[in-house]
Amino acid sequence: MSQISITLLRLGFLILLWALVLSAIGVLRADLYGTRVTSRGKGMNRRKTDGRADKMATPSRASTGIRTGGMSPRESTAAHLAVTAGPLKGTTIPLGSAPVMIGRAATCTVVIEDDYCSSRHCRVYPDGGQWMVEDLGSTNGTFLSNQRVDDPVPFHLGDKLSLGATTIELRS
Amino acid sequence: MATVAEIRVHQGRRSEVALLAIAVMIAVLARGLVDYHADVLELRDLGLYALTAVALATTAHLVLRRYAPSADTVLLPAVFALNGIGIAMIRRIDFAYAERGRDTTFGNVQIGWAILGIALMIGVILLVRDHRVLRRYTYTAGLVGLIGLLLPLFPVIGTEINGARIWIHLFGRSLQPAEFAKIALVIFFAGYLVTNRDTLALAGPKILGIRFPRPRDMGPLVLVWLASMLVQIYERDLGTSLLFFGIFLSMLYVATERLSWVIVGLGMFVAGAAFAGTVFAHVHSRYEAWLHALDPAVYASGASEQLVRGLFGMASGGLLGTGLGEGRPDLVPYAESDFIISSLGEELGLTGLMAILTLYVIIVQRAMRTAIGVRDGFGKLLAVGLGFSLALQVFIVVGGVTRVIPLTGLTTPFLAYGGSSMLANWMVVGLLLRISDQARRPSQVVT
Repeated sequence: MSQISITLLRLGFLILLWALVLSAIGVLRADLYGTRVTSRGKGMNRRKTDGRADKMATPSRASTGIRTGGMSPRESTAAHLAVTAGPLKGTTIPLGSAPVMIGRAATCTVVIEDDYCSSRHCRVYPDGGQWMVEDLGSTNGTFLSNQRVDDPVPFHLGDKLSLGATTIELRS
Repeated sequence: MATVAEIRVHQGRRSEVALLAIAVMIAVLARGLVDYHADVLELRDLGLYALTAVALATTAHLVLRRYAPSADTVLLPAVFALNGIGIAMIRRIDFAYAERGRDTTFGNVQIGWAILGIALMIGVILLVRDHRVLRRYTYTAGLVGLIGLLLPLFPVIGTEINGARIWIHLFGRSLQPAEFAKIALVIFFAGYLVTNRDTLALAGPKILGIRFPRPRDMGPLVLVWLASMLVQIYERDLGTSLLFFGIFLSMLYVATERLSWVIVGLGMFVAGAAFAGTVFAHVHSRYEAWLHALDPAVYASGASEQLVRGLFGMASGGLLGTGLGEGRPDLVPYAESDFIISSLGEELGLTGLMAILTLYVIIVQRAMRTAIGVRDGFGKLLAVGLGFSLALQVFIVVGGVTRVIPLTGLTTPFLAYGGSSMLANWMVVGLLLRISDQARRPSQVVT
């Protein structure tokens, strides 16, 4: 092999190394932040942040961005609980086929550090293709769209569940 | 109120295939360049090597697809590339030694260790289906780790190589038990801290706005500190001692979220190390070789010769390096193990070395991201501990070679020649992949 091709291979090796590093970072980019919390500001401020969120969400298919509620409950079985207010603000909990216990106790799926929560406060569980919410005898009550929950009631996509200072939204 | 936009984790493993392909190309090209410059390039051998690499990558990928489908996709390619670079470099140093009449087969042995390491990683993934099982063995792991750490001190099996007593001799092979003890102790620390973090985090007096722990809660910290001091004084290895103390301190910080532990712990370590440096002659000579490496008297005595030669090797590499197979890395003693970083710095230059360090950053970042994503406290601490152990080990080695901290006998993970380090670090990767699978999988089981 000639000297020039060897030099090219030598530099090519360094380029290949960096190609691996940069493409690994490219794969990571979508996964760097678990959730993006945008404070709901006033007027113009809000539009600006939304625009940025859209721009950041479009480039990769991995980050299919923001979806708000209001879809039919049967559309998707895979769902998320998104905590929009309270000490766990910004957390999302992917829902599978198992029930989710919410409360202060360490054994709960979602552990909320809040004096206004009971240790086993409420439960979200799947039933016949949709999600249900049930209060477990909490002291300060569970509210679904400002209605107090006692017996199990259906939890539709986009509904807001309040317990103590925490608000949780069901998303697709 | 706030809007919360969740970014979905990409579930497929297709990105891993693409990254693995680049990693295999790196490994094969590296070996091709090395063989060409040693005038032993045979396309048949290179093809066989490429086939082996592809087969290993495919096997690992398929196992992950089947048994840990949500596991992280970047971890495996990054480690594969590091391994490939390491093997090529060690092979290159074999050729350099051969030219000087020293017959070594480090490169081929290292290929064997890498294959064994990948097999071990697959074994970990198949055996440990849920990392939470490991919590049951908290105290067993603690005992195993402590014994492993102190094993080289026992008279018959412990051996001293180059002044450091960190090897044991078993069945005609030498082995560094500390590498495996590292994993056991991380499991122990995670299990112990997840149960006891509240007492360690809450009580204590407040001085200068920082809440300090109560003296009676200092027990565990003092114990680990004593163990690490013992290692430093009797095994004569600052690196191992710093590694264990650092892992414990970082996990303690993550468990309690209190900076005061880090301040107290680092203060204790610096004080202990300074004390050992003034009282014990062998520790003192190590510090001397670090602080006055370029002093002609110290260099002439041989204490800093290796370090200085490594520095000059890296300097001659410059920005782009001399090219794989075109430098003289063999002028540095132990160029294939302790000083592989300076060999790589010489032949790949600053550009290559930065890429290698970035690969380590990526691996550690994945461990930390896994810790954020996983939903149980034990898993969080385990992922942090494993990730930090890799990060700290790289810091200690690269810091030692570049004269940031005193030189120690630790190995560069995945790059340096050595079976213990290779096997143990592949096990760490296996555990990290297992935890990341749990972290990224939608929740199915509620306990």
